[in-house]
Amino acid sequence: MASFLESISYNSWVLPALLLIPLIGAVALLVLPARDQEAGGGVENPPARQIAFWFFVLEFVVSLGLWWSYNPGDSGWQASIDKAWIPTWGVRFTLGIDGIALMMVLLTTFIMPLAVLGSWTSIRTKVRSYYALLLILTTGMIGVFLARDLFLFYVMWEVMLVPMYFIIGIWGGERRIYASLKFFVYTMLPSLLMLVAIIYLGIHVGTASGTPDFSYDHVLAVSNIPQRAALWLFAAFFLAFAVKVPMFPFHTWLPDAHVEAPTAGSVILAGIMLKMGTFGFLRFALPLFPGAAMNPRIRLIILVLAVIGIIYGALVAMVQPDFKKLVAYSSVSHLGFVMLGIFALTLQSVQGALLIMINHGISTGALFLLVGMIYERRHTRAIDAYGGIARVVPLFAAILTFVSLSSIGLPGTNGFVGEFLVLIGSFKTYPILAVISATGVIFAAAYLLWALQRILFNPLDKPENEHIPDLNKRELALLVPLVTVIIWLGVYPAPVLRRTEASSRLLINRVEGRSDLPPLIRESLRR
Amino acid sequence: MSFDLSLPAQLAGALGPDLFLMGGAMLLLLWAGWRPESDEHQVSVGILGMALCIFTMVLVGYYAREGYTATVGPIAVDNFRWAADEIFLIATVGTIAMSLDYNRREGIMPGESHVLLLLATSGMMILAAARDLIIVFLGIELMSIAVYVLVGMNRRRERSAEGAIKYFLLGAFSTAFLLYGIALVYGATGETNFARIAANIGKFQLEHNALLLVGVALLLVGFGFKVAAAPFHMWAPDVYEGAPTPITAYMAAAVKAAAFAAFFRLWLEAFPSLLVTWHQSVWWLAALTMIVGNVVALAQRNIKRILAYSSIAHAGYILVALVVGTKLGSSAFMFYLFAYTMATLGAFAVIVALGARGEDRMSVEEYAGLWSVRPGLAGAMAVFMLALLGFPIFGGIGFFAKWYVLQAALQAPFPQTRLAVLLVLTSLVSAGYYLYVVMVMFMKPRDSAASLPERTGGWTRAVVWGSAAVILIFGLFPDAIVSFTRRSVPTLTTDVPAREAPTALQRTTNAAKNEVVALRPDPLPNGR
Repeated sequence: MASFLESISYNSWVLPALLLIPLIGAVALLVLPARDQEAGGGVENPPARQIAFWFFVLEFVVSLGLWWSYNPGDSGWQASIDKAWIPTWGVRFTLGIDGIALMMVLLTTFIMPLAVLGSWTSIRTKVRSYYALLLILTTGMIGVFLARDLFLFYVMWEVMLVPMYFIIGIWGGERRIYASLKFFVYTMLPSLLMLVAIIYLGIHVGTASGTPDFSYDHVLAVSNIPQRAALWLFAAFFLAFAVKVPMFPFHTWLPDAHVEAPTAGSVILAGIMLKMGTFGFLRFALPLFPGAAMNPRIRLIILVLAVIGIIYGALVAMVQPDFKKLVAYSSVSHLGFVMLGIFALTLQSVQGALLIMINHGISTGALFLLVGMIYERRHTRAIDAYGGIARVVPLFAAILTFVSLSSIGLPGTNGFVGEFLVLIGSFKTYPILAVISATGVIFAAAYLLWALQRILFNPLDKPENEHIPDLNKRELALLVPLVTVIIWLGVYPAPVLRRTEASSRLLINRVEGRSDLPPLIRESLRR
Repeated sequence: MSFDLSLPAQLAGALGPDLFLMGGAMLLLLWAGWRPESDEHQVSVGILGMALCIFTMVLVGYYAREGYTATVGPIAVDNFRWAADEIFLIATVGTIAMSLDYNRREGIMPGESHVLLLLATSGMMILAAARDLIIVFLGIELMSIAVYVLVGMNRRRERSAEGAIKYFLLGAFSTAFLLYGIALVYGATGETNFARIAANIGKFQLEHNALLLVGVALLLVGFGFKVAAAPFHMWAPDVYEGAPTPITAYMAAAVKAAAFAAFFRLWLEAFPSLLVTWHQSVWWLAALTMIVGNVVALAQRNIKRILAYSSIAHAGYILVALVVGTKLGSSAFMFYLFAYTMATLGAFAVIVALGARGEDRMSVEEYAGLWSVRPGLAGAMAVFMLALLGFPIFGGIGFFAKWYVLQAALQAPFPQTRLAVLLVLTSLVSAGYYLYVVMVMFMKPRDSAASLPERTGGWTRAVVWGSAAVILIFGLFPDAIVSFTRRSVPTLTTDVPAREAPTALQRTTNAAKNEVVALRPDPLPNGR
């Protein structure tokens, strides 16, 4: 495989191709004759969704080569390309991939075609625009993972926002307008502060030459950022990422956005876009400002917030009457584990955090897809409305149970490996917090199993539930790959760990190696 | 080549594009009066007017490419002037194009309306060139008087007449401020030429001369009125609402840009040594304008009033570039003007396209579900709104404009971090009303009783698509404009502030990050 990829000089074009394919798809959709769009209402097979689906498949196939072409031993950037973009401002179009970005890109390209299949029949209006927005959104997400230039990163970061705003606002549920505006404003405010921080960094790095310099590597190499400035810069980056994750006090946009979004929107929000936040911590906030991030007090505050998120998310999920909202709150809890793993900063915990990022994308993505499927049949998401449907829809019940168990972290599924690694990793540095967050796993079992019991296994007492059709072939076809990955990662996660190890190690060395910068002194905090 | 401005022939040469436009406008005036009023005649005058503007643009481009310079005199020959001229001319072409459709719909027959636009534009070009207080006054009057008439062009509408009267009274009022300021500055320094004013202030140690300071304050108030900066903005929403929509676009884009161009050059060339004195007042002007414009816009439901307050807010962002006062600041200023002009023109063109006879379709709610009936117009309007919001890619150059201003603010010898953060926060507030427009167009269902908007005139459509294309294309590849505006700096701008500036400035402006960027010289090469 590797030699084949080399023979087509795969590494030299794959990254820009990954950005371009969805864009070409979006343009192709928009130049489709307009009557196809009108036909999308009820007529079979509007070609828009086929075109979108095959573009996503193409994207996935192209990205899959990275799995083999990526050299696990090399911790640096791979498959890089570097072009001038706005030379006068020192902005370059620089892409590159490392182990962490590799996993995120593959997760994205894997989830997207499944998300399209998931909204195959539920989107009935403006079909073309819907899929075009999904394609543009993909470019933005991939761009965030690949950007090696802070300016480019910011642009991609914001590019994700508009398509998602429209997806929630146009195709969402009843409170879609409120949810989309909340999503937009919550994400934009800290992003703008991050923009100021990025400009500041660029100017600071470019002091000598006079032209700002936004290259990630150059920013990383600069070590003379004054303490107070570093603290503010870290705060700006922290806010932008913490809202996206979302960490505990900044999470209030999440239930609204996730619940109101159409199925594919929820899947992408939970499966991929939440990872932007944690990815941002790994790529930017930690390595760029180790002095601020590793300051014991700040680190402790963040870790405590992460643990609160774990417990709080689980407790709130437990009392939700709406199944989709339950899944949404479970994300807050899971992402708390990721934050714990990242800020505990041991090799196991960081690797574990990365695994949870992948697992959460797959398991929660699958859960949202399943919620969407049952919603399409019964048009309600209230847990009370169901009961005993395992007898009516056995296949659905089996897969829902399996996916829920993986989300809980049952040994043998992917969920277990990640949480286990985070817990043993963080136990080394923060034993008490690790013990407290371990209870989060118990709560997770409680809320999901309880919900399962009420939906699938209680007596079948509602007549309208007696004739729900079971999963059809399309739905089965899109769930099987997810289930396969859940089992594979649960049983044999080593290939993933091998590919992320070098990058994780490099990250930890970078952060610890640079926290030899004098730790933040009290006065600078107080001033 | 360098013009010797003391020789009349060479002075005329330096004023070439301005004279060309003025002469052409005079001839066009004759042609407009030649035939009886009719729609065809109105259109033919308009088309000739656009052609004249485009020729002038080419001429300006030629002057800019040749890189002419001039001796110090009453007018400037530099890239700042050429860049500003191009912006005015683009706005004028767009305005005439919209007027062609608009006038037909409203039954405004006189072809002279287009000629008035050309005359106002030549006033603006003089303003951008002016390097003498008398010339500034001349340009402002030439521009304003033509625009007073244009605002009242739609004689049959009460709102239009009301707007015209308001604009005329307040315009005259603010001109009085300007004139009084000019007189006092002349009294204090004995000069009206920018360069010699600056020299005399230095020579006679006039930094704390009361007469001069009062004069500068009056000039500030006068320009504050002209650019509609808070607290001198009250007239703008009413006038913008009352004026015919294309004229509103013209006022929001070109008139404001022209006043700003003169404001910039006067401040940077004549009063650099007063930096400490005027700095803080402009700082507050900028901050107040950003806050007032954005917050009040949130409460508006009429699309023209929303855009009026948005234009006030943008005056605030532009003032940030003035506060910065470096060469980078004026490049950012020019870039911002360009981006803002394109987005404003486009947005008003959409309003013209969707309006009905008598201008009754102005509430944003009327746009509900526009996407399902006019997807192209709705998409273009979304681009303009996002450009004004300053959003990357989808808002094209709007983002780069804000970026440039922020960069200038943070890279200044005394970084304006607080203003930068305020700019960013008020931009977020602006999301509230720009997204409101987008939301209504895309997410509200269309009222089933609403009639379909009439088919849009071809000229207006050309403006919509032209400005959207410019915004999006340069939004991907802005380098051409960046490097052009980088040279667009008033020639006499100096980056090193006044002698005693550092300590005083650090007190007045925020010094949050001074430990880092202590007195870094601005890296830009001298503008031409």
